[in-house]
This record gives sequence, C-alpha cells and structure tokens, in this order.
Amino acid sequence: MMRRLTFVLALLAPVTLWPASAEPVADAGADCRSAEAHIEHNFPLQKVARAIAAKHLSVLVVGAGSSLLPGTNGASNAYPARLQFALQQKLPGVDVKLSIDVKAKRTAKEMMKAMAAALAANKPSLVVWQTGTVDAMQGIDPDQFSQALDKGIGIARSAGADVVFINPQYSPRTESMIALGTYAENMRWVALQQDVPLFDRFSIMKLWSDNGTFDLNSATKKLDMAERVHDCIGRLVADLVLESAKIGAPQTDGGR
Amino acid sequence: MIAPIPTERDLRLDLFRGIALWLIFLDHIPSNAVSWVTIRNYGFSDATEIFVFISGYTAAFVYGRAMLVTGFIVAAARVLKRAWQIYVAHVFLFAIYLAEISYVSRSFDNPLYSEEMGVLDFIKNPDVTIMQALLLKFKPVNMDVLPLYIVLLLWFAPILWLILRSPSLALVASATLYTLAWMFEWNFPAYPQDTWAFNPFAWQMLFVFGAWCALGGAQRLSRWTHSPFVVGLAGLYLLFAFIIAMSWYIPWLGNAVPKFVGELIYPIDKTNLDVLRILHFLSLAVITVWLIPLHWSLLKSRWCWPAIVCGQHSLEIFCLGVFLSFAGHFVFTEVSNRVLTHIIVSLAGVVIMVAAASIISWYKKVERQGPGPRPPTTKTGYAEGNA
Repeated sequence: MMRRLTFVLALLAPVTLWPASAEPVADAGADCRSAEAHIEHNFPLQKVARAIAAKHLSVLVVGAGSSLLPGTNGASNAYPARLQFALQQKLPGVDVKLSIDVKAKRTAKEMMKAMAAALAANKPSLVVWQTGTVDAMQGIDPDQFSQALDKGIGIARSAGADVVFINPQYSPRTESMIALGTYAENMRWVALQQDVPLFDRFSIMKLWSDNGTFDLNSATKKLDMAERVHDCIGRLVADLVLESAKIGAPQTDGGR
Repeated sequence: MIAPIPTERDLRLDLFRGIALWLIFLDHIPSNAVSWVTIRNYGFSDATEIFVFISGYTAAFVYGRAMLVTGFIVAAARVLKRAWQIYVAHVFLFAIYLAEISYVSRSFDNPLYSEEMGVLDFIKNPDVTIMQALLLKFKPVNMDVLPLYIVLLLWFAPILWLILRSPSLALVASATLYTLAWMFEWNFPAYPQDTWAFNPFAWQMLFVFGAWCALGGAQRLSRWTHSPFVVGLAGLYLLFAFIIAMSWYIPWLGNAVPKFVGELIYPIDKTNLDVLRILHFLSLAVITVWLIPLHWSLLKSRWCWPAIVCGQHSLEIFCLGVFLSFAGHFVFTEVSNRVLTHIIVSLAGVVIMVAAASIISWYKKVERQGPGPRPPTTKTGYAEGNA
C-alpha cells in the first residue's frame, strides 16, 4: 500500500512543485502580468473601438466594495483610476474619461437599477461592471442574479455602451464563508450568452496567490499590497478592453 | 396492494453514498486542488444528487419495513426521531461554524477585503442570527444539505404510506409538487433574505423517487434500465454533459458551443434541481447499475469496504466531513497552501472519515451484543446501518 502511495505522490510531484517554485517578488509591477495568459478576449467591443477611433473614450465603472480602497488616496489608487491611467498611457492622443458608480454592499440588482441614471449622466461607450460578491454574501437567488445581469447588459447596450464584467475577488480567508461558486458560474454563462468579455478576477488573483506574487492571506491594516493588487487589476482590465476593442475595430466601412 | 420489499440491503447504495460523502467533503474545501476529481466538474449533477437519492432509498427501505411490521404511528415516530437527530447534528455544526467565524473575525484584517469581511457582521447581532439559525432560516455556506434532509423527513411518513399503497400515485404527486414549485416559484424563506439554496419542494422529487425505487420501483424499472437503448441514451447524455462541462474550462470549446444550446441549457439551476441535473443523475445511475451488478464480488471485498462503511453511517460521516472541510480550509490559510498540502489534507480527511465510520460500526456491534441479557435496542430483521 505504502509503495503505491509513494508512486502516486511521485507522479504528482511535478504538479506540486510547480507553484512552489515561484518566489515572491518585491516589485509586483511586472510580475502581475504573468496572469495575462488567463485573460480571454473572445468578444468584440465595437462601441469602444469606434470611440477610440473618434479619439474620445468614456468609461463608466459600476461596482461594489471591492472596487474601492479606503484611505485618503483610496480613489486614486483603486483599480478604476488605475484603469483610466493605463488606458490613457496606451492610447496616446485619445481623451480617456472615467466616471464611477461604486458603492459598497450593492447587489447586481441594485446596481442594475441605478445604471440608467449613471449612463445618462456620463454617456460612456464602455461599462465595466464589477459584481457577484455581495449577491453571494446575501445568498440572493442565483436566478435573480442572472436576470439582473441580463437586464443590466440590456440597459447599457441600449444607452450605446459595451459591457465588460469583473467577477468576485479571490479572498482565501473568507472562502469557506462566502459561496461564490454558483454566482461566478452564472456570471460566466451570462457573459458567454451575451458576448460580454469577462475579466476573471477570481482566477487571476488565485494565480497570484498560488505563485506567491501577492500574499493574499496576510492580516494587515497596511494598504501597500492592496494598492499593488488594484494597480495590476487596472492594467490587466485595460489590456482586456484594448484587445477586445481590436477585434471589434471597424473593418472597411465602419463596422456592422 | 402492498408493495414487496427486498430484505437484503443493497451494498451498492452504501458504496455510492460513501463515495458521495467523500466527494462532498472534497468539494466543500474551497479551492481544493484535489476537488478536480469530483463528478461536478464533468457534468451537470454532483454528489448532492447521489446523497439525496440514496437517502430517500434507504429511508424507505428501513422505515418502509417498519411501517409494515409496526404500523404507521410507530414508523412515523421513528422517522421524526431521525429528523430530530439530524436537527441536533445541524446545530452542532453551526456551533463549530460560529467558532471558526469568530476566530477569523478576530484575526483577519485587510483593506483589500473590506467588502468580504462584511460576511462576519452577523456575529455583531447574535440575538437575531442564532435564533434564525435554530429556525433553519440562516444557513451558512455548505450547511444547506442537513436542513433539506430534515424537511424531507418531516413529511416523509405520509409519503411512505402512500408509496406502500399506490406507488404510482405517490410519484405523480411528487412530480406535481416539483412542477408547481417551478411554476409558482415556491421555496422556503431564508434569513437575511431570499430563499433556501436547496429548495425542498424541488429536491423532494429525487428523495421520493429514491424511496419509490426502494419499494419495488427499481424492480419495475429494471427491464428499462437494462435495455441497450436506454443505456446508450444515458451514455450519450453523459457525453453531452461532459463536453459542455469541459467548455467551462477550455475557452475555445466554450466558443464552439452553439448559441442556441447555451440559451437552451443555461442557467443550470441547482437550487430548484434543474431537469438537466436530474437527467444527468439518472444517466449516471443507469450506467452504474448496468456496470455494477447487485452481487458484484468486489462489493464484499476490502477494496469497497472503506466507502461502504462510511455510507452506512452517513449522518455522522457527513457531519464529520463538514467539520473536516472547515479544518482543511483552516490548514490551507494558516499553514500552507501548496498543492502537496491539498493532497495530504484531502487524503487525511478521507482516512479520518473511514476510521470514524469503522469505530462507529464497532460501537454499534458492541452495544448490540451488550454486557449481558439485555434486550436488543432494535428488532432483528431491520436493516443494517442507518436510514
């Protein structure tokens, strides 16, 4: 029996050694891009492509608590502001505007209901919608959650905006208390059906945790790690947006 | 007409309930690398369906005999006693959960997770939440199965009575309740809001179907379940579900699934026991029964014994599994989160479950023998193991 067990473990050794071999890095700036492989860009963002071509891109971030950072510089260090910064860097000559409609503890349905007003006020060509965590925490009926997502996409699209989803954060300490599974799955299914690019924040942060890029288990009141995580998320979301806009770029005669 | 009841316990049930308990344990440890082995990754249904079906089957097997021998009142009283035991087990698990969450709320702080930490807020007003937990309205993560089981047992005695008299009518009644629950969105209320994660009005169908199978239904179905046509159909459906499940992990496959298929199947509703999930479970059952005959020689060998002994003490082992999954997750966050740790923790958990089950089994044997001329606690002739 023991011999058999050793054999099985030996077979598994390459798998087990792989994540451990990555050393934690002090400067995560470059390293967080190792998650780029996890980003899928299957669905075109045509309205974003047109906005970029017109040299004027307006983005609305709709989200809950995990789109925020506390502190006096919270707003400028959280991923929405970092997304704007990254987009602006990569789109020289394009005027990138960003507005946010972010409040903690909001479910998808609550955000969906507030979306029309935020769209009318800001006229974005892209809505980045972060959701799922609060619905999971409150145990919202998964079906209602999916319906809210569907409706939100409809509202954004009829207001002339593309949509990108951001799913829940990977939070190792609270994993056994918040059942994200069903909500992450439903979000993925809605995204697939509606041709919405999904920024898989959960898998990306899990990869960072497994690789030792960030110690997401650490108990601290300090903000430095949280700020670096948000910076990485902002830049990777920017990559997803730009790649998806590329596939959605007008072909010869202005799209459609 | 009184349906005939088989006298010998079908070891395949214990085997697969034991395996289901292991899978539930593995799935309950969040982000467990070993949970890729569990069936939920390869199709629509998961170990919950197996557990509920077999629990219905064994409940009918044990209490059905009791009802014939001792009458409705005594059998109903025994069913209710069982429901009470499960309620106590649930409250015990809730106490462990409280301990865990109190510890985490003391020791963990990180500005990145201010939203997620909100899940700990409920311990700020224990007066409400503990009361709601005792009423089975507030149910923390992974603690939805036992409340479902309690409710299913609470109304089981009249259903059992009906199955014994008119099996078909009982099945039709159960399917009608399932359909009505879908049509009118019936479910039990939960706290702080919304409804139960496992809708008893929907999940009862699998439980009643299990009971129906135990009381002669399986024999009536066997002509169908062994026909090459049905087995082939079940195989095809499993293949379809497998391809769809793979499309969740392989992006290009996800894009290759035609749009209308996606529109047809998503979302696959676990709360209300989606038809796709039922069909997947039934297909698995058909293939399993086809592959493994009742008197399969390995069933009595030491290879199957670890799972069988767990399956025979399912309530205790289920609770232990929930506790072990808390503990396992605790090891991942506090000690090490390497894949090797995941493997060791998963294996250790299963070993502990088997060890506990064999000790319980030994205890029961000792207690049955007793110190002297003590009357046996259960009449001989009742089935081994638990309902």
